[in-house]
Amino acid sequence: MKTPIYLDNHATTQMDPRVLQAMLPYFTEYFGNAASRNHEFGWVAEQAVDKARKQIADLVGASPREIIFTSGATESDNLAIKGVAEMYAEKGNHIITAATEHKAVLDTCKKLEKLGYRVTYLPVKGDGLVDLDMLREAITDKTILVTIMYANNEIGVIQPVAEIGKICREKGVLFHTDGVQAIGKVPVDVNKDNIDLMSITAHKLYGPKGVGALYVRRKAPRVQLTAQMDGGGHERGMRSGTLNVPGIVGLGEACAICQREMPEETKRLRYLRDKLKSKLEAGLDEIYLNGSWEHRLPHSLNLSFAYVEGESLLMGINDVAVSSGSACTSATLEPSYVLKALGLGDDIAHSSIRFGIGRFNTEEEIDYVADKLIDVVRKLRELSPLYEMAKEGIDLSTVSWVHD
Amino acid sequence: MAYSDKVLDHYNNPRNVGSFDKSAENVGTGMVGAPECGDVMKLQIKVDEASGIIEDAKFKTFGCGSAIASSSLATEWLKGKTVDQALEIKNTDIVNELSLPPVKIHCSVLAEDAIKAAISDYRKKQTKKVGVEQSVA
Repeated sequence: MKTPIYLDNHATTQMDPRVLQAMLPYFTEYFGNAASRNHEFGWVAEQAVDKARKQIADLVGASPREIIFTSGATESDNLAIKGVAEMYAEKGNHIITAATEHKAVLDTCKKLEKLGYRVTYLPVKGDGLVDLDMLREAITDKTILVTIMYANNEIGVIQPVAEIGKICREKGVLFHTDGVQAIGKVPVDVNKDNIDLMSITAHKLYGPKGVGALYVRRKAPRVQLTAQMDGGGHERGMRSGTLNVPGIVGLGEACAICQREMPEETKRLRYLRDKLKSKLEAGLDEIYLNGSWEHRLPHSLNLSFAYVEGESLLMGINDVAVSSGSACTSATLEPSYVLKALGLGDDIAHSSIRFGIGRFNTEEEIDYVADKLIDVVRKLRELSPLYEMAKEGIDLSTVSWVHD
Repeated sequence: MAYSDKVLDHYNNPRNVGSFDKSAENVGTGMVGAPECGDVMKLQIKVDEASGIIEDAKFKTFGCGSAIASSSLATEWLKGKTVDQALEIKNTDIVNELSLPPVKIHCSVLAEDAIKAAISDYRKKQTKKVGVEQSVA
């Protein structure tokens, strides 16, 4: 077994060697510009792009013509939200999103607020899911777009996307979802899920960084976007810029592999994830699951280890790559806004660790991580005045703390 | 974030972890910080009442590695000092010794606060004791 062990697959994934192999010829041998219509070099590149477009569309139940290539999900989120806001400005100026969205969505919405749009940030329930009644009530005749992610990047919970889409359809509102954490991990179908726009990225599904796509529905309803970059009018005029052919080939191949292997892979990752959780629960008391267990990505786990601070925990498992919702690991010194949106106390947010298991993790690694974590948590609890007080029967919520 | 060797050393081998009986007259206890801020330090001193010298010190800390190291270092420095000398320990001394980066300076401030709180607790007990003795006499 090699260290360090990578268990941060929500942040990014290791590229599958098969994806790299598919990409390599398109750097040197087939270097043409897919927009060059009058020679062989261009045709070869265009064919490769068309194949990838189909591979991506197939994975999410779309038509290839509904796939717009971008530089990644941040661009896709920006294009979807700003593009719809601008295109449908005469219809309305209201957008609905959720408090636990990725910054690429939240900050885009904030930017639009400055431009005069109105944004509703729906709270989430304790399990991290949006309340459908609340969504229904938030929609007004000025609402043009609902943007709610498919699955959350910190806690791994899967939103009731099909129901959200159904509500939007009934009310005649467009529905965008950031699908990056879910696509390739769980079955996603833009028709069954009533999705009008969906952000996709390659590097979360074992593809390269710097390439992504936006699904844009072509009929029932036909979604229109105002382009956010001016130029050669590529991608049906929605996204100008010479296509990143090797990247697109990689995204396509990554999607094809996910589609082929998803049933087996899901089973294997769920087994490893469940094993990690049950080993930790057997070895430690007072660990808490953050987010719904039932509505969750199969490879995702977010736990709080009470009375232990997240950064000190990461320090003790420094040969394991995971993330913490602790303030100390962020630049702002604020604990995770996603965990706070679940109603968790700051102390529990400070104690959280996110595990993202991926294609290249082994059972041996999971066993190692579980054993090591149990040791470190026990050691840090010996050091923790809070654990000592809790064991003495003091209710920590009643203590008046001295601090500036 | 990279940690200095000294922070790592204190984190891996924390000195003087534990607790004294906080009701003992020669023990001063300081508890500072709050769980929601991500740092709680408990620092205790045991004082030789005749000489006023801190004969032992212990800590427990909930917090990041730098907070653990700051309080561990503080207990090392406290031992053998008089209570007055202990009050001269400044957070900047801890910052320098552990090479703490700017975002971790609050950990050293907390350690200084914990020292002051422990000494203040000890002095309060002593004053009370003197008061009781005088009223008996």
